[in-house]
Amino acid sequence: MPDGVAHHPALAHHFEDLDQQREAATLGMWVFLVTEVLFFGGLFATYLVYRSWYPEAFAEASHHLDIVLGTINTIVLITSSLTMALAVHAAQTNRRQLVFVFLVSTMALGATFLGIKGVEYFHKFEEQLIPGSNFEFEAQYFQHAQLFLSLYFVMTGLHALHMIIGLGIMTWMLAWTWNGTITDAYHSPIEISGLYWHFVDIVWIFLFPLLYLIGRH
Amino acid sequence: MSSRGVLLPAHHYLSDFGAASWLLTRDHKRVALMYLAAVTFFFFLGGAFAVLIRLELITPAGDLVSADTYNKLFTMHGVMMVFFFLIPAIPTVLGNFLIPIMIGAKDLAFPKLNLASLYIYVIGASCTTYAIITGGLDTGWTFYTPFSTASSTTAVIPAAVGIFITGFSSILTGLNFIVTIHRMRAPGMTWFRMPLFVWSHYATSLIMVLGTPVLAITLLMVAAERLFRFGLFDPALGGDPVLFQHLFWFYSHPAVYIMVLPAMGVISELVAAFCRKPVFGYTFVAFASLAIAVLGFLVWGHHMYVAGQSVYAALVFSFLSFMVAVPSAIKVFNWTATMYRGSISWDTPMLYAIGFIGLFTVGGLTGLFLAAVGLDVHVTDTYFIVAHFHYIMVGGTIMAYLGGLHYWWPKMSGRTYNELLARVSAAMVFFGFNLTFFPQFLLGYLGMPRRYHAYPDEFQVLNVLSSAGASLLGVGYLIPMVYLAWSLRYGKLVGSNPWGAVGLEWTISSPPPTENFAETPIVTWDAYEYATRVEGHVA
Repeated sequence: MPDGVAHHPALAHHFEDLDQQREAATLGMWVFLVTEVLFFGGLFATYLVYRSWYPEAFAEASHHLDIVLGTINTIVLITSSLTMALAVHAAQTNRRQLVFVFLVSTMALGATFLGIKGVEYFHKFEEQLIPGSNFEFEAQYFQHAQLFLSLYFVMTGLHALHMIIGLGIMTWMLAWTWNGTITDAYHSPIEISGLYWHFVDIVWIFLFPLLYLIGRH
Repeated sequence: MSSRGVLLPAHHYLSDFGAASWLLTRDHKRVALMYLAAVTFFFFLGGAFAVLIRLELITPAGDLVSADTYNKLFTMHGVMMVFFFLIPAIPTVLGNFLIPIMIGAKDLAFPKLNLASLYIYVIGASCTTYAIITGGLDTGWTFYTPFSTASSTTAVIPAAVGIFITGFSSILTGLNFIVTIHRMRAPGMTWFRMPLFVWSHYATSLIMVLGTPVLAITLLMVAAERLFRFGLFDPALGGDPVLFQHLFWFYSHPAVYIMVLPAMGVISELVAAFCRKPVFGYTFVAFASLAIAVLGFLVWGHHMYVAGQSVYAALVFSFLSFMVAVPSAIKVFNWTATMYRGSISWDTPMLYAIGFIGLFTVGGLTGLFLAAVGLDVHVTDTYFIVAHFHYIMVGGTIMAYLGGLHYWWPKMSGRTYNELLARVSAAMVFFGFNLTFFPQFLLGYLGMPRRYHAYPDEFQVLNVLSSAGASLLGVGYLIPMVYLAWSLRYGKLVGSNPWGAVGLEWTISSPPPTENFAETPIVTWDAYEYATRVEGHVA
């Protein structure tokens, strides 16, 4: 930094300028998302193996999922991606109030998704579809339907955990927007939070057909 | 080396002593030193289990410990050494310290994340250590199902959770290195001017970022299966235990390259510095690192030749495993070609480097034996395997780690150690290592299975040799602990460049200032320009 030019308050000591800092943060988030792809990838691989071995049992078990709630949730989540993208755009164009509005809407939609997911989990509990000693299913598919539901709970549970972490990040971003940390010169935190949120949505875009839409033509 | 006229710099990264200045530091060099303390602790903890194993195996009868205790001993030895020493050691200590300096940066891209990775490591490692107290772990470091999920009565969940947590530390370190190498290079530090140490850490980081999450999710499934009876890997519930092995080795084979690639980076630096020549075929050595990283992901099936995979899969995995030998051999031949007609000096780091090249070659060539399906079936689960991977992990990684530690110790501490003691212990490590593990090749070929606490009488001579070698090796590891610690206070001061080496780390004071460079350097030279840039030994 040449003499006489004041440091931007958000510029960390080891970067030359804010551009370098933003590029580093963005690349860091992308690398992290690659990690996440591999993290979910282990589960998708497991799903793929058992789905190809036990297609009938998986289709049968899939019909016990609530396609209406699943579809509503998909719409809710895609809409939250839209509001997130709008929040990023508002931050880039320095409209603080709009950032606020869109972040809060994203959080509201995310919370709605989690609420509906909770209702679905509760239904599964009532229908004794939780894997374990109380699991009930027609004898022919009992074992492999239990595998399907195990995968259902691990995959959607892990996805829900990512949503909850996302809500935490949004709260953080709201605070930073409130106290003026986020400015038109420094808005990369909102951008990379957006990257994370879109990633979590994309995971659901794969989970929904794989879990809910098997064997429906 | 003489300390005439050499003074400690007025300000350096060790100047400040407060506890908070260490625990809350964002300086990559301080984080590296704290990692050094942590991995050293786990190295000696893992070593203690090895001592007990070798003591038990002196006699054919299982008389020192019970079979169950023995299972726990080799499991905890493997878990401690693999997850808490070999995987983190070189990247988090030498990599953390050197990568920013070598590319002319003030710090890693994410200093707070770097400190966080240290704490995550400590928490994870403590969690797994806690498992020792609460019943130990007897699954082997591989956690094979259904034993780990259905049968074992030991503390599988705390151990797995600890490794899961430590995985995040590994991922964050890799992520930090990748971003740093992409975004923090000084002006003029182009990709092909970077030291090969940085290249090999880049390749290592790719594996950390791509492989570790798969192990994490696999261990999560094992824990879920143990807790909730999910049955994903339990044949009694419709699951498939071989699927666990696929997922486990998808990470754990590349993890071998997480251990050995940084070691190769160290060796490239040492060979160039002590032969005073540029590394022969720089570009090939750099790309060989990437090739190993990529091919490393395609060979996991060679751990499963006898696990019931199809013969066609085995043939493909066999072929791909042979392929990994090509970039590995490129490196070995290029180091040798670098030494050819070089002006070689036999300082301690070079002794370790020469040791590495020899032992890695033996480990690599026996790896080819194991890649061949027919031979592997014969020696699967025998001491041949044990000997092979110890030649790579101990003969490779630990030799390079010690060589690197001795080479950069004057930079890290500003002081030098007792050279005579260092050479003696390097020789002890080399001979002790060979005496420990070469007999195990023979034992394995003769049919002694691994993971048993008793064995037939005819194997005793070779086992006694192995245990004798292990005690020599253990002393060889303890001596550097003593003289390196001693040197911190009493060692002679060295200037900024005691070896007369090139590389940005030797242009700044020893120990370096907190900000590394007062002014960002502008790089106009290639790595290893020894012909034109040698400044000569200070001595």
